[in-house]
Amino acid sequence: MNDEVATFVGPAIDWFSLSPLVVLLGGALLLLLVGSLTPQWRRGGYGLASVAIALTAIVLSVFLWRDISSSGPKLLVGGALALDQFAVLASIAICLAVVLVSLVTSDYLASENSDLPEIYALYLTAAIGGIVMVASNDLIVLFLGLETLSLSLYLLAASNRKRTESQEAGLKYFILGGFASAFFLYGVALTYGTTGSTRLVDINLALNSYITVPRNDTLLLVGVGLMLIGFGFKVSLVPFQAWTPDVYQGAPTPVTAFMASVGKVAALVALVRVFVTAFPSRADDWGPAVFVLSALTLIVGSVVAIIQVDVKRMLAYSSISHAGFILVGLEVSSHRSSPDVGDGLIAIAIYVALYAVLAVGTFSVVTVVAQNTSDGATSLDAFKGLGKRKPQLALAMTVLLLAQAGVPLTSGFVAKFGIIQAAVAVGSHELAVIAMVCAVIAAFVYLRIMVSMWSNEATTTERFEVSSFSAVSIAIAVLTTLVIGILPNLLLDLTSNLPQLASK
Amino acid sequence: MISASTEVLNFPILTMLVILPVIGSIVVALLGQSRPEWMKLSALISSVTTAALSLWLLGVFKSGEAGFQFVSQHEWISQWGISWHLGVDGISLFLVVLTGILFPLVIVGIDPHHDETSYFAWMLLLQAGVMGSFLSLDLFLFFVMFEIVLVPMYFLIAGWGYDQRIYAALKFFLYTMAGSAFMLIGIIATVVLAHRDLGVVTFDLVKIAEGANFSTTAGRWLFLSFAIAFAVKVPLFPFHTWLPDAHTQAPTGGSVILAGVLLKMGTYGFLRFGVYLFPQAAMWARPAIFTLAVIGIIYGAIAATMQRDLKRLVAYSSVAHLGFIVLGTFALSTQAVTGAVMQMVNHGVSTGALFLLVGMIYERRHTREISELRGIQHVAPIFAGVFTVVMLSSVGLPGLNGFVGEFLILIGSFGPARWWTVVATVGVILAALYLLWAFQRVFHGEPDEANSSFKEITIREGLVMSVFVAIIVVSGIYPKPILDRIEPSVAALISHVEGQTK
Repeated sequence: MNDEVATFVGPAIDWFSLSPLVVLLGGALLLLLVGSLTPQWRRGGYGLASVAIALTAIVLSVFLWRDISSSGPKLLVGGALALDQFAVLASIAICLAVVLVSLVTSDYLASENSDLPEIYALYLTAAIGGIVMVASNDLIVLFLGLETLSLSLYLLAASNRKRTESQEAGLKYFILGGFASAFFLYGVALTYGTTGSTRLVDINLALNSYITVPRNDTLLLVGVGLMLIGFGFKVSLVPFQAWTPDVYQGAPTPVTAFMASVGKVAALVALVRVFVTAFPSRADDWGPAVFVLSALTLIVGSVVAIIQVDVKRMLAYSSISHAGFILVGLEVSSHRSSPDVGDGLIAIAIYVALYAVLAVGTFSVVTVVAQNTSDGATSLDAFKGLGKRKPQLALAMTVLLLAQAGVPLTSGFVAKFGIIQAAVAVGSHELAVIAMVCAVIAAFVYLRIMVSMWSNEATTTERFEVSSFSAVSIAIAVLTTLVIGILPNLLLDLTSNLPQLASK
Repeated sequence: MISASTEVLNFPILTMLVILPVIGSIVVALLGQSRPEWMKLSALISSVTTAALSLWLLGVFKSGEAGFQFVSQHEWISQWGISWHLGVDGISLFLVVLTGILFPLVIVGIDPHHDETSYFAWMLLLQAGVMGSFLSLDLFLFFVMFEIVLVPMYFLIAGWGYDQRIYAALKFFLYTMAGSAFMLIGIIATVVLAHRDLGVVTFDLVKIAEGANFSTTAGRWLFLSFAIAFAVKVPLFPFHTWLPDAHTQAPTGGSVILAGVLLKMGTYGFLRFGVYLFPQAAMWARPAIFTLAVIGIIYGAIAATMQRDLKRLVAYSSVAHLGFIVLGTFALSTQAVTGAVMQMVNHGVSTGALFLLVGMIYERRHTREISELRGIQHVAPIFAGVFTVVMLSSVGLPGLNGFVGEFLILIGSFGPARWWTVVATVGVILAALYLLWAFQRVFHGEPDEANSSFKEITIREGLVMSVFVAIIVVSGIYPKPILDRIEPSVAALISHVEGQTK
């Protein structure tokens, strides 16, 4: 017994490759510790600290990106984590979302008179969870990341102690999230039972060799299905979407921005990695399931959005239909015989990154508008006459909404174009048609918000305040949207090697 | 065979035609707050310069050449094989010139009454989008321009329109966007399929049209996906229902642009992308499209006769006129297609002018109800005279421009589409009926109290209208220079179609 312990050698750890995670973790702990030992910081201090930590993580990720470009993708920590461009791009998107959301949160908390460090620490731990998820090459590690992210999000959703809606959202999210985690974990167990491994790469190897693993597809497929359900809850795919509008509406708006960006990116990228890395040999089985989920999500997301009257609920449904769009890319990846199958991964990576920025930008505008109403409401009425009261903000929102609708010369069009191109290239014409028709239906929702902003007289002529941090955050989102929309080659140049996922 | 002219002019005139209005729009938006008095001037300067450029293009355009001239090509999104590729030939030349001229006339001719800065900024952006659509030789670039046009037009209708403007603007945006959703898939599928024949991924229109060989079934599906987008844009019966609403609710300037150039993006698209890329499928779809076009002609005419609102009447007359253009386009004989291209421009001029005149009537009387108007020619004879010329051009009176195009279409279509043409000819008679009847009710008779103070045409309005009248008369009496420029490109297109469908 003692001999075994003595001979145990831990995996070699390449600390530099983990540096973004280390920075975020250290930052979160320091922020909490120092924040609780010192008196209240000057206005915006906590937010700026969080921005600085996330920016450091971005810079380190860019270095990692360059390493991958020169020496190729690899596995870390004994195969627990993957270091490839797919993961790093998603990590950068997550950290960027943390930067933008922290700026808006700073103004939001100041206006609520409760600017404290724990919210930012939770953002940072959620980001850690998200980055672990997008990079995980092991189902158990993925589960750890998922729980880290989810627990932070439950707390964040309930973080506004003055509003009962916020408490309710947190509780609802917690119960359904726990439910989803159980599904996921059971799926992991069944998969382990059939393949003898939880590492994605090893699962794939095992499934491809019938000698070590007797072909027992029933258990395996049940496991895969349970995992898909678990992910379905987290990503809010139809029919597992019911919690989304309530939680998005009830949570404080900056937190909604965070959930719609970081939560979506992490869960979607992890979902895609699991299916593409571990189960490509069963693509014929999960491909049709993803097809159906994607079509349902697109249709329900875009159609139900139309009848909403609250902007946060509208955007919640729109985020559902965006998830459906991204799932089209996963369906593309199930066409393994096609030479263009790699396009699906590039399209997904670009879509989630661009959508993260778009979502934060849009919800930031909603935050600012809600701050300027007497009761913090986010109904469509709150946007009436915004074009008259604050034309710059209305213009920014217009750009962001047009991008969400996928109008050309915005990043949203680049994202949609990539997905549709990938779908058509592998021959998924039906799904491409469904996706485009739903994009038109969804456009109706964005137009309704625009109509409200531009064509209606303001209900009040009170001064409209946009705090400086929020303005910076919105400006960055709008600039990204336009620059990538007009010059998408900037992003496409970088992603040509992205489909090479880490495998050893 | 259509081949891109290799000549490269030192001055990138086509790029300037697209960029200049964008710059103008940005300047207008920036000046709007600080220097409102310079804002309108800069809108005017930008649009007049664009008009001058387009006229210069007309001057230096080599007549008798079939290929694309002044081609300008730069890499844009190299990973996807997309380039900034512009070129002009006989088919697009006059549409470009029309776009160049129409915008300054609208900017001078009619005031938006409120929020001038954003009105002019949207107008100029719209011009850039329309220019880009007519000049693009890259499928992706064309789609971008085709789609981006919706945004300024949406805001123009929703911001400066009449009572039902929000509904009309939404309907316009969603109908057109739904159509182009199919086109986007069609474009991508075209490129993917052409990749197999060409060996490279490219969105270049000429390369795909000349090099790719689509299977019959694939070609038909692709043609249909393009055709839906264009049929909505034209609009072809039964996709026309957005048009009367959009036209009636749009501000006068918006209606003029909508009728003048925006609808032409559909008919032009049919010719440049539908027929050129998929000649076999176009041949296959002909009977169905002829039928829809002829239904549009008759239905538009009958509906126009029934209208009580003068603007709605003109809107329905557009449906009928565009039916003629589509009929000529798909007859695929040199005469008919030349006539169709000519008629695209004619309709832009005469219907644009009609909308402007109706707008002027509304400015004076604040109503467009035909029954409220009476005897205007007694109090405003010059106004009535201008209206007469424009209306007769729309009817297709010999000696005016409308006749030339309509005549060529009917002659050229008689061979390939005999019975459809016979029915369509009835539409010519109906056009005379509804327009003359409306004219009679509005201008003849004794003016009642409200109409007796109808103001005569002002100098500014007179100047704007004289440009329209001059074009109507000159191109009606001596259309040869225009036809000389259109015909070679059309002939080349027809021989391309014949070569592919043999």
